[in-house]
Amino acid sequence: MTSARQTGAPRAARRPRRLNLPVALIYAALTLGVIVTLFPFAWMVLTSLKSFQELFNLSFLPQQPTLDNYAQVLTQTKFLQWFGNSLLVAGVTTLSVLFFDSLVGYTLAKFDFPGKNLIFLLILSSLMIPTEMLVIPWFVGVSDLHLTRSVPGSYFAILFPGLISAFGVFLMRQFFESLPTDLIEAARIDGEHEFGIFWRIALPLVRPALASLGIFTFLGNWNAFLWPLIVIQQPQFRTLPVGTALFNGEAGTQWGLIMAASSLAVIPVLIVFAIFQKQIIDGIVMTGLKG
Amino acid sequence: MSTTSKARPPGGAIRRQQTRTAYLFLAVPLLFFLIVRFLPTLMALRMSLFDWNILKDTQPFVGLENYTRLAQDERFLTALKNTAVYTLIGVPVQIALGLAVAVMLSRVTALRGLYRALYFAPYVTPIVAAAWVWQWLFSPQFGPVNTFLTWLHLPAQGFLTSPSQALGTTAALVVWQNLGFQIVLFLAGLAAIPRTYFEAAEIDGATGAQAFRRITLPLLNPTIVFSVVTGTIAYLQLFTQVVNLNFTDQGGPLSSTTTVALYIYQLAFGRFQMGYASAVTVMLFAIILLITVIQLKFLTRRYDA
Repeated sequence: MTSARQTGAPRAARRPRRLNLPVALIYAALTLGVIVTLFPFAWMVLTSLKSFQELFNLSFLPQQPTLDNYAQVLTQTKFLQWFGNSLLVAGVTTLSVLFFDSLVGYTLAKFDFPGKNLIFLLILSSLMIPTEMLVIPWFVGVSDLHLTRSVPGSYFAILFPGLISAFGVFLMRQFFESLPTDLIEAARIDGEHEFGIFWRIALPLVRPALASLGIFTFLGNWNAFLWPLIVIQQPQFRTLPVGTALFNGEAGTQWGLIMAASSLAVIPVLIVFAIFQKQIIDGIVMTGLKG
Repeated sequence: MSTTSKARPPGGAIRRQQTRTAYLFLAVPLLFFLIVRFLPTLMALRMSLFDWNILKDTQPFVGLENYTRLAQDERFLTALKNTAVYTLIGVPVQIALGLAVAVMLSRVTALRGLYRALYFAPYVTPIVAAAWVWQWLFSPQFGPVNTFLTWLHLPAQGFLTSPSQALGTTAALVVWQNLGFQIVLFLAGLAAIPRTYFEAAEIDGATGAQAFRRITLPLLNPTIVFSVVTGTIAYLQLFTQVVNLNFTDQGGPLSSTTTVALYIYQLAFGRFQMGYASAVTVMLFAIILLITVIQLKFLTRRYDA
């Protein structure tokens, strides 16, 4: 505490000389930036509260706010079903990624075996393969196997490409590398079997990494668009992005409904973001610095 | 290889045990990467040599015909040009804006967390929802952006309906969504630069601009390289924003916003020309590979020397 104060004091005294912009100007610029950034949100939410009659008069605030648009989205569209599908697909994918990526990351970091570096390089290089290149063969494969003829098959077809993530393997390997090997050796001497060492000793120690990988995987899959758009054949399996995207054509351009649906689609992600803000940002920090 | 043979005599049994366990743990994931990533890549390469149409019974071999066709395909060339323009606008703009906001944020203490969170919000917004709001905001008839322009006595613009402005408006959406991520990335990079460097520069009488150019930029190089490389790969695959900004005339108006990724989607899943579409994906893969290798080589070398 005291040493921090001692080094902090002269720095604070010296700081004004290094700044060539006054702090007030910086705050003004930052605030202007935030207003521009958040204007689309404000517009979306305020429009969703306008009645049909008010929609096109250009006032910013609704004169007589109404929840009619929300009621219509929830009762007259499949919004809740899309929501559930997205939850299922993103949830299963996240659990799978967390398990397999940490297992692979741990193995590549803590075991010594021939081919280790080659395997790591191969997994990393797969990051450069564009998704567009893969979706065509995936689609042919899914069609040939008639995967979408059953309910579990349809869900599997939507989520299988994301079950293991190369990026997550890279991230988890970095974390397990910094874990002391002595700990693992000690557990081996105690007679713990290898999977038990990974599951009961190594995994709990990298919980922060698991949290940020989990959140990023969930967000990514919650918003996934290209592959779900291609592979989903029956309306009942549509995820939230696909359902809301196709909603425009099916509902006509009902802007009030569209803005209400968009507002609803943002809410869960904003809640996740509000709760896990620290982990999300720490996650970016970790990934950015390693690159 | 050499370490393997050296370590063998004393601990051979342990090593064999480790190898067996490692491959047991890796079995399912390796199978996954083989079946879901590498085999489809090879399959796309193979399909690009055929006139592969999923609706037809026969898929005749056509050799390199799909590739020669690409050179005369106006739509492909337009898509390629647009994708290049998106990348050349989007990557520098989002890096410059991200760096500017991050530098400002690093100089204030109060409310820093709140500002950071507010700038980050677009990044977690579903793209489809963002695209709809954008259509409304920039609508020529009833959009608030044009209302704002009339207040300033400026002429109303076509934005997404104008072939010359649509691409820029689309790029603005992508930059708006990515900015928060950039800011956090740069904030982390800035925090990693030791303060003593700035203090030494100050004693030597360096101005703020000099310190930024000589200390901040070079020491931020790893972060900038990461941003340029991952940003370029993402812009080269731009799809969701472009589709959703104009669902009835995808990539319009007049193909002015079409990207390579969107063209692939239209060829493969609109016209079912999967062989030809595969040839386009192979080109995209080659471009990504080439640009990434060049960027890594040049960008990392500049400051290391």
